[in-house]
Amino acid sequence: MIVAGSKPFQEIEEMLSGFRKVCVMGCGSCVTICHTGGEKQVTELAAQLRLSAKLKGKQREVKEASILRQCEWEFIKDTGEDVQDCDAILSIACGIGVQYLAERYPKIRVFPGVNTTFMGGPTKQGVFWERCAGCGDCLIGTTGGLCPVSRCAKSLLNGPCGGSQNGKCEVSQETPCIWHKIYDQLDTQQLLATMEDIVPPKDWSAGAENHPRKMVLDHLVMKK
Amino acid sequence: MENNPHTKSDSHLERILRSGQFAVTAELGPPRGADRSVIEKKAEMLKGYGDAFNITDCQTSVVRMSSIAAGRIVIDAGIEPIIQMTCRDRNRIAMQSDLLGAAALGAKNVLCLTGDHQKFGDHPMAKGVFDLDSIQLIQMVKVLRDDKKFQCGQELKDCEPRFFIGAAENPFADPFQFRAIRLAKKIAAGADFIQTQIIYNVEKFRKWMKIVVDMGLHEKTFILAGVAPLKSKGMARHMKHNVPGMDVPEKIIDRMTAAAEVKKGKEEGIKICLEVIEQVRGMKGVAGVHIMAVEWEEAVSEIVQRARLYPRPTL
Repeated sequence: MIVAGSKPFQEIEEMLSGFRKVCVMGCGSCVTICHTGGEKQVTELAAQLRLSAKLKGKQREVKEASILRQCEWEFIKDTGEDVQDCDAILSIACGIGVQYLAERYPKIRVFPGVNTTFMGGPTKQGVFWERCAGCGDCLIGTTGGLCPVSRCAKSLLNGPCGGSQNGKCEVSQETPCIWHKIYDQLDTQQLLATMEDIVPPKDWSAGAENHPRKMVLDHLVMKK
Repeated sequence: MENNPHTKSDSHLERILRSGQFAVTAELGPPRGADRSVIEKKAEMLKGYGDAFNITDCQTSVVRMSSIAAGRIVIDAGIEPIIQMTCRDRNRIAMQSDLLGAAALGAKNVLCLTGDHQKFGDHPMAKGVFDLDSIQLIQMVKVLRDDKKFQCGQELKDCEPRFFIGAAENPFADPFQFRAIRLAKKIAAGADFIQTQIIYNVEKFRKWMKIVVDMGLHEKTFILAGVAPLKSKGMARHMKHNVPGMDVPEKIIDRMTAAAEVKKGKEEGIKICLEVIEQVRGMKGVAGVHIMAVEWEEAVSEIVQRARLYPRPTL
């Protein structure tokens, strides 16, 4: 899923200063699962914005709305009633949702309430780790099902660097060295010999370094 | 090249190693400024005390003068540089461009490194590149030299850069069993010589060298054992706890602590370094030493002389 973290409230306040009628818009997908952009967070953030305006003696009306998926046109096209008379929308969906709203309401200012961070998942309650870099050329079939592109600090492809010790990454003692894990996994699967092969330079052209990317499913594209 | 048809480059270091003599390399760190006289002074200090000198490439991810530019200044001062190149700050286009430039400026040795992560340096917010890893970089330099081809496969129609290709290996990082395999990968990619991480744990290094020799890797590349004089007990502790991939045994810390009490830290540091050199020199497969006296270049001449590695051979 897409993991996003809440922006500091002060930053949100600065973005919204001067706007009198604001709609906080949540999303029922990934950001609900990571507890930063769901209905509950909409209620909390809206209350916080009302309270802060009151304390500062400012006029501010804050509406609340949440839809199942801000990243799909079908879901956002009917949000009109909630937002049409607002002068700003604070979307706490991922960056895709924010942009879909901005395209849907070109005359209204749309602001992001979260920082969209990575594709990952919870490893335990409240702890999320990156698991995929969206590199467009998945190689984890050769690395024991574990991704060195997203989980190695240097995205190495030929094994651990010279800084891995005690199974930890040199960058942070709390980060596992993914190449150590890959080594152990391939050892378990009796595939260690594959680590002797030299992996050639990766084709990054399908990855996030080459914006913007597009995928077309020909069989689904409506022909005129 | 004309003198010796078996060399891959015109490097003095390569000739020393191929002649079977115990090689000495040392490190020369470029300054954090644009003053070439800093390098000239260091070069003057180091001249004659090694066969070639590593010019570090923004080591520990701290901005310093370019290793290629500093390398040219070193050539002008009459000593041979080993240009360090990291994958951290450049993509494959920039690296090949820099390789051509370095060769045109007279560089004959290049040391291929992945590079320290930018988090450790003075610009932790920088975007790391890591388009290639060190093994892929080694292969790219070799293909440029031997096949006259760019990484994309296109032919290099002009003069190819003829480098003696170096790489690093750390016997003290994990998983230990993979470390010799990783060395084998670097050799297969094209590493002509290897400089190891700094050795304080001689016994672990001995174990690693045994695996390396059993695999016959010492016959395919020249292995230079990395050593470094400790300056103080603080430095010893810092190395142990803060430098990734370093193995500083407790007995070394104890010796440096005891020496600090009688204000003889530097002396003890040099003594330990000399002991390590003595021990690794006797090991099968070790072709030389690489002295990393970080910001303490003055120590190199003393170490080389006291280790009876002076004067350096001329070829």
